[in-house]
Amino acid sequence: MSNHETLFIQHFSEESRPLEYYLKKMGGYTASKKAFGMSQDDVIGEVKKSNLRGRGGAGFPTGMKWGFIPKQSAKPKYLVCNADESEPGTFKDRDIMRYIPHLLIEGMVIGGYAIGSHQGYIYIRGEYTREAKLLEQAIDEAYQNGYLGKNIQGSGFDFDLTVHRGAGAYICGEETALLNSLEGKRGEPRVKPPFPAQAGAFGGPTIVNNVETLASVPFIVNQGGEWFSKLGKLEKSGGTRLFGVSGHVKKPGLYELPAGGVTLRQLIFDHCGGILGDKKLKAVIPGGSSAPVLTADEIDVVFDIEPLMKIGTMLGSAGVVVVSEDYCVVKLLTRITKFYAHESCGQCTPCREGCQWMEDILERIEHGQGREQDLAMLLDIANNINGRTLCALGDAAAGPVMSFVKKFRADFEAHIRGGKCPNA
Amino acid sequence: MSNQLLSKSFYERMAKLEPRYPTKQALLLPALHAAQDELGWLSPEVLEEVGEYIGIHPAQVREVASFYTMYNLKPVGKYHLKICTNVACCLRGADELVEHCEKKLGIQCGETTQDRKFTLMEEECLGACGTAPAMMLNNGYYENLDMTKLDKLMDSLE
Repeated sequence: MSNHETLFIQHFSEESRPLEYYLKKMGGYTASKKAFGMSQDDVIGEVKKSNLRGRGGAGFPTGMKWGFIPKQSAKPKYLVCNADESEPGTFKDRDIMRYIPHLLIEGMVIGGYAIGSHQGYIYIRGEYTREAKLLEQAIDEAYQNGYLGKNIQGSGFDFDLTVHRGAGAYICGEETALLNSLEGKRGEPRVKPPFPAQAGAFGGPTIVNNVETLASVPFIVNQGGEWFSKLGKLEKSGGTRLFGVSGHVKKPGLYELPAGGVTLRQLIFDHCGGILGDKKLKAVIPGGSSAPVLTADEIDVVFDIEPLMKIGTMLGSAGVVVVSEDYCVVKLLTRITKFYAHESCGQCTPCREGCQWMEDILERIEHGQGREQDLAMLLDIANNINGRTLCALGDAAAGPVMSFVKKFRADFEAHIRGGKCPNA
Repeated sequence: MSNQLLSKSFYERMAKLEPRYPTKQALLLPALHAAQDELGWLSPEVLEEVGEYIGIHPAQVREVASFYTMYNLKPVGKYHLKICTNVACCLRGADELVEHCEKKLGIQCGETTQDRKFTLMEEECLGACGTAPAMMLNNGYYENLDMTKLDKLMDSLE
C-alpha cells in the first residue's frame, strides 16, 4: 500500500474474522460503548461532521439520512444493511463481511442506537452463501459476549440482528425493492413517497445503509467526525473509499484510497499497473455498469462524486471496469443492456419493454444485421426510458446506451455499414 | 398436511426464525431457501406446503418464488454450474468458458445432462469482478478461472 491511512484493507484476511482479533487488533466494540455514553443526537452529529456519504451508489450524506428518522414512532423502527452488492463491477462489501464481520455488526449497533431501532437486518444477496454463514457465526459470537441482544455492554440498549438472504434479483439492491423482499414479497420497488424513513420495513420508519457505510461508523465514533472527514481530500467527501477495479488491468482488485484522493488515471495506471498486455485503453466504466462510459481521454478526472458528475457520469459504487482497445464496445454494451433487460422487474412499461427493445437492436447491430436507422431508434428508446420509471433501473439501462453510442459512434456505424465487427 | 415433504428440521429452523420477524410472510424467502436446500428444487407440492406453513395461497408463493433466479422451479442436476458472463467476467474470457462447458457436457446453457449430473447456466454478476472470471458450483464460488482450472474441477466431480 502507499503511504496513507487505510481503515479496512489491511484487515482483509482470514485471520481477522474472529471476535478476538476484532477486540485486540481493531479496538472492537469500544466505539459502541462510547456511543452509549453519548446522546442519540450527538452520535448523529458526529456522523454528520464526518462527511460520510453512502457507499452503495447514491452518495447521500449518512448523518442527514439518520436525521430523517422521527424521534417518536408508534411502529418499531428498523435499521437495514443493504448487502445486496449486485451492481456489476462491485465487489467490496463481500470482503468486509467475510473478513471483518464484527466491524459491520458494531456499525449496526451504533446506527440502531442513534436512530432508536432495536431490530436490524442484513439483507445479503443470495449468492453470498458463505458470507451469510460467516456473518451468522460472527453474530452468534457477538450475542454470546454481550455485544448484541439485551442490555448491550450494560448500557440498557437492546439490539437484535438477523441475516436475511436474497435469492437472485439485481433490483433488490434498490432500497424499497429490498424492503419488499425482506417482507417476503416480490422485489418490486415502491412508489415514493413515503420514503423508508417515514414508512419502510413492515411499515415502520427504516434506514437502509450500505455495508461499507455502516462499517465506517465505528471509526467515526472512536476517532471523531472531524478526523474522518479529513481523511477525504474533497470538502464534502469524508473518509477513505474502497475502489474495485476489474477488467483489463494488470492488477485487478480492491484499493482503499482517500475519498477524492486520486484521479481515474492514477487509479488505473499507478495503482493497478496499467492495461493488461500494455495495450491501449479504450473505455472505462467508472461506477458500476450503470455509470455512463468514459473514453481514454476523459480519465484525468478526480475520482469522486462531484468531479464525475461534472463530466456526465457517476461514482456510483466505485466499481471501475476497464476495457482495452481490442475489445468490441458494441459487444460490451449489448451485454450490459441484456443484463438490465433481464433484471427489469416489469412494473414500469418504459423499462420492461424498452430494455428488451434496446437489447434486440443491439444484438442485431453486434451480429452485423443493424440498419441505418437503428442508432436513432436506440437513442429514442433510451430517452423514453430515462426518468420515466419508479426506480433508477430505467436510468441505469438508458445511461450506458446513450453514452456508448455518443462516445463510440464510429464503432457502432462500422458494425452497421460493414455488416460485422471491424475488429473480428 | 398428510404427506409432508419437508423434514422436522425444516420446521424447527423456521420456528427459531419466527420471532425475528414481525410478520410470518417475512419467513417466505428463508423458507424457500431451506426447502430447496433439503430437496434440491421447489416442486408445486413443496410450494404448497410452504404456503400452508406461512398461511398464504400457493399462488402467492409461486408469485414470489418465480421472481428470484436462485429458486429452482425445475429439477437441476447434482452439480449446478453457474458461470458469470456479466461485464467483468466477459472481459476476462467467460464466454469461452461457457462455450467450453457446452461442448464438454453436450448441452446448451439452461439445460441439464441426461444423467442429471450437470446443469449449466449463465449467471449475472456474482460480485467477484476482481477475481474474474467467476462461477458458482452449487453454493460455492470458484474464481480466477481458466480452461485448465475449470476442466480440473469438473473432472474431479463424481
